[in-house]
Amino acid sequence: MIEVENLKKGFKGEQILKGINYTFERGKTNLIIGQSGSGKSVFLKCMLGLFKPEEGTIKYDGKPYSNFSDEEQRELRKDIGMLFQGGALFDSMTVAENVMFPLKMFTKQKKKESMARVREVLDRVNLEGAEDKMPSEISGGMQKRVAIARAIVNEPKYLFCDEPNSGLDPTTATVIDKLIQKITHENQITTVIITHDMNSVLEIGERIAFLKEGLLAWKGTKDEIFQTDDETVTDFVYSSDLFKKVREAQLKGY
Amino acid sequence: MTYLYSIGEYFLMLKGVFGRMTKGSVLRSLIFKEINDLILGSMGIVAFLSFFIGAVVAIQTALNLNNPLIPKTLVAYAARQSVILEFAPTFISIIMAGKVGSFITSSIGSMRVTEQIDALEVMGINSKNYLIFPKIVAMFTYPFVIAISMFLGIAGAYSAAVFGGFVSSDQFILGLQDDFIPFHLVYAFVKTLLFAFILSTVPAYHGYYMKGGALEVGQAATTSFVWTSVVLIVTNYFVTQLLLS
Ligand SMILES: Nc1ncnc2c1ncn2[C@@H]1O[C@H](COP(=O)(O)OP(=O)(O)O)[C@@H](O)[C@H]1O
Ligand SMILES: [Mg+2]
Repeated sequence: MIEVENLKKGFKGEQILKGINYTFERGKTNLIIGQSGSGKSVFLKCMLGLFKPEEGTIKYDGKPYSNFSDEEQRELRKDIGMLFQGGALFDSMTVAENVMFPLKMFTKQKKKESMARVREVLDRVNLEGAEDKMPSEISGGMQKRVAIARAIVNEPKYLFCDEPNSGLDPTTATVIDKLIQKITHENQITTVIITHDMNSVLEIGERIAFLKEGLLAWKGTKDEIFQTDDETVTDFVYSSDLFKKVREAQLKGY
Repeated sequence: MTYLYSIGEYFLMLKGVFGRMTKGSVLRSLIFKEINDLILGSMGIVAFLSFFIGAVVAIQTALNLNNPLIPKTLVAYAARQSVILEFAPTFISIIMAGKVGSFITSSIGSMRVTEQIDALEVMGINSKNYLIFPKIVAMFTYPFVIAISMFLGIAGAYSAAVFGGFVSSDQFILGLQDDFIPFHLVYAFVKTLLFAFILSTVPAYHGYYMKGGALEVGQAATTSFVWTSVVLIVTNYFVTQLLLS
């Protein structure tokens, strides 16, 4: 569980986050949605400590993050897995070396043990046999899956995903979404997913926070988001024709 | 103002580089990789340039020696002095600013724009130490490159002067030993070490703090070359002033 209280962050006079309160639950997929430029990535980076917020506290399972010493922050980071928008695989390393990297840096495991664990997580993301390929040799969807494998290899308690299916075709995007959801449930991880993809909301929106103009404009579940009459939300949700049609059909009572 | 800001940022980066260390075994293999990429990978071009520049210096001097009162040994003397004092340490370093410098800037810069540096930080790794420290250590072997450059520069001068028929082999060897001041070598290698540090850290700075996308990586590499050269030349001036005058 991650609790965010009164989080504020700006750059050079421009306020991006204007006081956000929200709780991300364990074992659930927690989605943050909102338009491009609404500050979703900034929000995430504040939670990760890559940006220092001006105000507010972030509690990881009850412990406030801003008060952690450097040592404690580093310890916490070992419990965090992060899936970056572009995958952020180290392009000088093979798939296996990428996935093994956190183990090599933070555990005293023997190479053999690590390799067994790497095979296990690669299996989990359906990538058996890709160990020796370079990131540049595999498709975007496969890169994302390698990145997921790297994010979960150290069994994190918290998983952060920044637009996990941007740049992927709809089928692959769904596969990635479902994979993240499955891992979240099986390992009881607190998963935070940034997206502006309404398909993802429909697929895995167990808990949704809608960010607008630096504030939390709405929160609820995927069932609720298609029922609400809140205009700020409906403007965003029904900006695509497909969902407009779904909505019209709903209203007509199909 | 922005220059002052950049200089401050550069020194803060250095502080970070020598901050929390990466795991030893990992660091060791990174250092070997950098020696391979930065040093061994540059040997070919350095050898080639040094030989031919030494040769040209010898020919130029020989062609300008029309006065019979000036001894022929001066050809070797002039070649030795210019190669040891400036051509090997300074000129080769400018070349390295183009080769090694832009490689460092673009490799760190592309890691920045593809969020690989963020990925390191999120894992709790000191990315400045992980990325830049091995490069600085690898560049400590740079004096070997310059030593080889000096040797080949003089070899080039010898070939051009003797095989070109300007002086005899004996005259050349004699000239090489003329007025040799060992402190000149100390001076040359002191500045080589300083240049090594500049060659690894200034380009690293330009890559580490870059913003934007793939296009900007190319621009950063160019800017990095310009600034690395400027810093090299200015440092050269001060070291020369300090040690030789
Ligand atoms: N490092 C930064 N420095 C200055 N401004 C930034 C920085 N990162 C993000 N911003 C600004 O914050 C706003 C929100 O960005 P972001 O969180 O990336 O949006 P998104 O919701 O699309 O992820 C943008 O206007 C962006 O320009
Ligand atoms: Mg974003």
